[in-house]
Amino acid sequence: MKEENSAGHISRREMLAGTAIAVTTLAITKVTGVEAGPEPQAVTPVVSAEVSFTVNGKVQKLEIDTRTTLLDSLREHLHLTGTKKGCDHGQCGACTVLVNGKRINSCLSLALQHENDSITTIEGLGSPEKLHPMQSAFIKHDGYQCGYCTPGQICSAVAVLEEIKAGIPSHASADLNSKVAFTSAEFRERMSGNICRCGAYSNIAEAAAEVAGA
Amino acid sequence: MNPFQFTRANTTQAAVSAVSKETGAYFLAGGTNLIDLVKREVIIPERLVDINRLPLATIEETASGIRIGAMAKNSAVADHPLIKKHFPLLSMALNAGASAQLRNMATVGGNMMQRTRCPYFYDHSMPCNKRSPVQSGPFKGQLNGPAGCGAIGGVNRMHAIFGTSEKCIAVHPSDMCIALAALDATVNVTGPKGNRSIPFAEFHRLPGDAPQKDNTLLPGELILSVDVPKNEMSKYSHYLKVRDRASYAFALVSVGVAADMKGKTIQDIRLAMGGVAHKPWRLAEAEVYLKGKEATLENFKQAATLAMQGAKGYGENDFKLTLAPNAIIEALQIATQTV
Ligand SMILES: Cc1cc2nc3c(=O)[nH]c(=O)nc-3n(C[C@H](O)[C@H](O)[C@H](O)COP(=O)(O)OP(=O)(O)OC[C@H]3O[C@@H](n4cnc5c(N)ncnc54)[C@H](O)[C@@H]3O)c2cc1C
Ligand code: SF4
Ligand code: FES
Ligand code: FES
Repeated sequence: MKEENSAGHISRREMLAGTAIAVTTLAITKVTGVEAGPEPQAVTPVVSAEVSFTVNGKVQKLEIDTRTTLLDSLREHLHLTGTKKGCDHGQCGACTVLVNGKRINSCLSLALQHENDSITTIEGLGSPEKLHPMQSAFIKHDGYQCGYCTPGQICSAVAVLEEIKAGIPSHASADLNSKVAFTSAEFRERMSGNICRCGAYSNIAEAAAEVAGA
Repeated sequence: MNPFQFTRANTTQAAVSAVSKETGAYFLAGGTNLIDLVKREVIIPERLVDINRLPLATIEETASGIRIGAMAKNSAVADHPLIKKHFPLLSMALNAGASAQLRNMATVGGNMMQRTRCPYFYDHSMPCNKRSPVQSGPFKGQLNGPAGCGAIGGVNRMHAIFGTSEKCIAVHPSDMCIALAALDATVNVTGPKGNRSIPFAEFHRLPGDAPQKDNTLLPGELILSVDVPKNEMSKYSHYLKVRDRASYAFALVSVGVAADMKGKTIQDIRLAMGGVAHKPWRLAEAEVYLKGKEATLENFKQAATLAMQGAKGYGENDFKLTLAPNAIIEALQIATQTV
């Protein structure tokens, strides 16, 4: 490998040698393509690393490209395709999963950030034989049309009910210290990170209201 | 996305040393802005240094106020009993930002460091001085696309009306930072040359001749925490965010107010605006004017007029010249409970 590329940057070897002891360097460098050609672009290192986390109660160990998002690791590596990729930029909520009980957008998080985390996807909430109450309510109230945003909506709605139960206020709450209750306004504000292009919002809100007992 | 190395830092020194060694190394916190920028190749990192395992997420009372760890999640800060009690303005600002999912990922440090949402900044085919500064320097990976400012004379509905330069008219998009600016916070950082504290007002900067620099953090410096001094303004505070839809949208204009009232008299007041400048915009003259005055519509109107001095529209964002003073007046009325 060339010690320095045309932009004058430190070589990978120097970087690795210079890394402080307290830093765990996880990357394993693999080099594909032409080595040490005159064009620095001809060398395309693919960097991979190991990560281990629990998905729907099952421990998973992966060796993956460092660039892999949590979303892609679930879909492409673990073949849990229930979680959907809508925008891939944090703007739609289709990729919502629960990590250590909290909902997040799995498209803006690298898989490597989740060492030892516990992840729940739509597949972990329920199955066709044993539906989660929120899944049943979505079916009963027609909380979808095409269904693409639905796994994200359901994961998010399950988390909303937990957040309301825990008394966490939202932008729609009258004030920060009063008791939070399930209302349509609260639910809609809390679900604003989940976009539905089919516009099934009203039915989604009805489904969640039924589960919330509101 | 270009390949990059991934390093998990176990200590703050290790994180600082890993990032200061390479120009292409970046701290990775929640990832909600950085991963987005890496996907769009606005940033092409050689190494991401994961700082999620650093013990920097605590929120605690100090002798003079509350110290918020840089790695505290936006959702955790917003719902923390100490924050809700002493700085409701900060909770309100956080709850008005992004979505619940993003707030569960986003950290205090990352929120302060988030880049602008100016569309040209993300579009490599369009000129942008922030993404592609003309001079070379330690901004490897950002030298994509032509220099210039696409927004001046272009699509600039979301852009700044205060403190702009010929090089850049972008706004800093954070809601949280408006509250922290109003609350006179201090930012504690560590870096290759040791620790220092930066007053919040001096943390972000105006674009001037170097719009590629959003703030005054030096290369390799890591934000450790933010100190917010206690005040008597918790009862009368409000964060008003005006946006294109009711939720999950960046501010067109936002106003943060915290006041100390005695009867109808304003003893002390803090005012800051978002969506109008390259940094959180403190309304110092309006604050001075309102101190000791009665909370009346007339006085609020006068304060808004003072606050708007020097404002300049760029075409599509001219509406902010009307929206901003109206928002200031409304936020003052709500905060002082005189609506
Ligand atoms: C769809 C969408 C909507 C949004 N809406 C809003 C909104 O309405 N209001 C709003 O305020 N924000 C909004 N955001 C932005 C969001 O708040 C930021 O992305 C988030 O706060 C960044 O925090 P993070 O921890 O994820 O940072 P990261 O993405 O991990 O990092 C961002 C930058 O900060 C640097 N950094 C991180 N931590 C430190 C540290 N401790 N010291 C030094 N440098 C550090 C990183 O190196 C990186 O350059 C939105 C984002 C998205 C995707
Ligand atoms: S306003 Fe700033 S960020 Fe936007 S195009 Fe101009 S230079 Fe780039
Ligand atoms: S795919 Fe993650 S938010 Fe759209
Ligand atoms: S059901 Fe089609 S996008 Fe929501």
